[in-house]
Amino acid sequence: MASSYLLPHAQPAPSYAHPTEASQPRQHHWSPYTENGGVILGIAGKDYVILAGDTRSSEGYNINTRTARKIFSVGSGLILGVVGMSADGEELARKVTRKIDVCSSATHPADHIDRATKWKDIGDTNTLMERCDYKRNHDKHITVSAAAVMLSRILYQKRFFPYYCQPLLGGLDENGVGAVYTYDYVGSFEREQSRAFGSAASLITPFLDNQINLKNQFVPGSNGEQPRQAGDLPRELVTKIVKDAFTSAVERQIEVGDGLQLVTITRAPPRAEEETDDDDWTGAAINVELSPLKKD
Amino acid sequence: MGGFDFSNHTRNAALMAAGMPAPKATSTGTTIVGCLFDGGVVIAADTRATSGSIVADKNCEKLHYISPQIWCAGAGTAADTEFTTAIVSSNLELHALSTGRKPRVVTCMTMLKQHLFKYQGHIGAYLVVAGCDPTGSHLYTVHAHGSTDRLPYVTMGSGSLAAMSVFETQWKKGLDREAAVKLCSEAILSGIFNDLGSGSNVDVCVITPDKATLMRNYITPNVRAPKELQYKFEKGTTAVLQEKIISKDELRRYITVTELDAKGESTLTADIMQVDA
Repeated sequence: MASSYLLPHAQPAPSYAHPTEASQPRQHHWSPYTENGGVILGIAGKDYVILAGDTRSSEGYNINTRTARKIFSVGSGLILGVVGMSADGEELARKVTRKIDVCSSATHPADHIDRATKWKDIGDTNTLMERCDYKRNHDKHITVSAAAVMLSRILYQKRFFPYYCQPLLGGLDENGVGAVYTYDYVGSFEREQSRAFGSAASLITPFLDNQINLKNQFVPGSNGEQPRQAGDLPRELVTKIVKDAFTSAVERQIEVGDGLQLVTITRAPPRAEEETDDDDWTGAAINVELSPLKKD
Repeated sequence: MGGFDFSNHTRNAALMAAGMPAPKATSTGTTIVGCLFDGGVVIAADTRATSGSIVADKNCEKLHYISPQIWCAGAGTAADTEFTTAIVSSNLELHALSTGRKPRVVTCMTMLKQHLFKYQGHIGAYLVVAGCDPTGSHLYTVHAHGSTDRLPYVTMGSGSLAAMSVFETQWKKGLDREAAVKLCSEAILSGIFNDLGSGSNVDVCVITPDKATLMRNYITPNVRAPKELQYKFEKGTTAVLQEKIISKDELRRYITVTELDAKGESTLTADIMQVDA
């Protein structure tokens, strides 16, 4: 510390040293949250759901991985998209999977153990297996609306130490109609037609409003009297809109890029007569498509 | 008079104390590099400018002209790199005129560091200065606080670590021009792909005793993929709330209207135009 030998009676010289001297009290703090960037979006159609996310996971100006998946299959034909802090997102997806159907295939991208075979080998008599999830409690697949409430409860349980991620839940409802449920960090939720979350949400949301919900568009010739009504958009068209949303977000948001994970749920073809007692049949077909995005 | 205007300082300090955030400057969270070779010097830069995590400019120019044989790569606050290099370029031209000699790179570097040191780091310009003068080829870095380095290869900006890793694995003594350009562009590419603050294209400038060659967009590895759909709106999609037609004759009251034929030549004769004037 700069002290003055020349002027013993003068005030202590100003110092730029940090107050880390042993005599000083030090405030310890703990910050368990990080932001890993990325963006996800969900769109519900009349017989399909699309959830998509980029595969970049970053911290500051560094890329942690270019192949992080943000959309997870959580069992019973449902999918969950998470963005924010990737550790919390992955943990949330694991927890939701356990509560829906422990036997559903692994949620964690790095988890190579096939959970289904592992549990089935132990056998259904195992006490751990009984009533540990919705499927075993109710002997049926959970509906997307029930799963939506369940996810809300899971989030609110951690009201004072929240999961630092924004989830989107997608699935087909009881009528086979696409449903996207959107949440805040602590469990407030609603069912929506389309939604974008994450670091490029502010870029993608107005595009979705305009192209999916046809906002700010009038029927030509009606001279501004008749707004265009959002109808049933074909899945092929929506898929193209989603891809354009991502390639555009990559251009302007540095945290988005590397790859696109596009997950689509459609109605599964009807079962054959002899398969009707198949417990795993959910009526939903999940398709995952991975494609490259710009890597700069 | 020249110099900075501090007249809003007290007001802005009060606003910030009341909780208003400071305005965000465009930063060139950048990768810039330089490398000496036998017979000259190369500098290179990426072309992304950011404002926070948003890309402000996808193809900006970070290679600044100082004098015919001295060029400068800039990182940090975009405006500061722009104005600092411009004022030094201007002063160096006057200096060259007054001495009747070609400007030297060391003079340029000294002017930059003295300017930056005077402002104690508040001018956020981080520069790579390179050039050829009668004393040889030179390469320097200048930091915002005024410190400088003279080295055979240098990197700066948020992508400096990614770029330096390329130099530290591949650089060797006695590179020729071609190898130096290749090494510099590879260092920039490393920044473009591994540092989120850097992106888009590679700009290169090669300086030899006889001339400087700026190779703008030397490599373009990040061309946007074509869009899946076209977004053309049918006529009438936007409501017309009000319509007012201003005729050409009405316009003639305020401006001179000259009719052009298909070839783009004026069909009016001189005396008609005189009436309008």
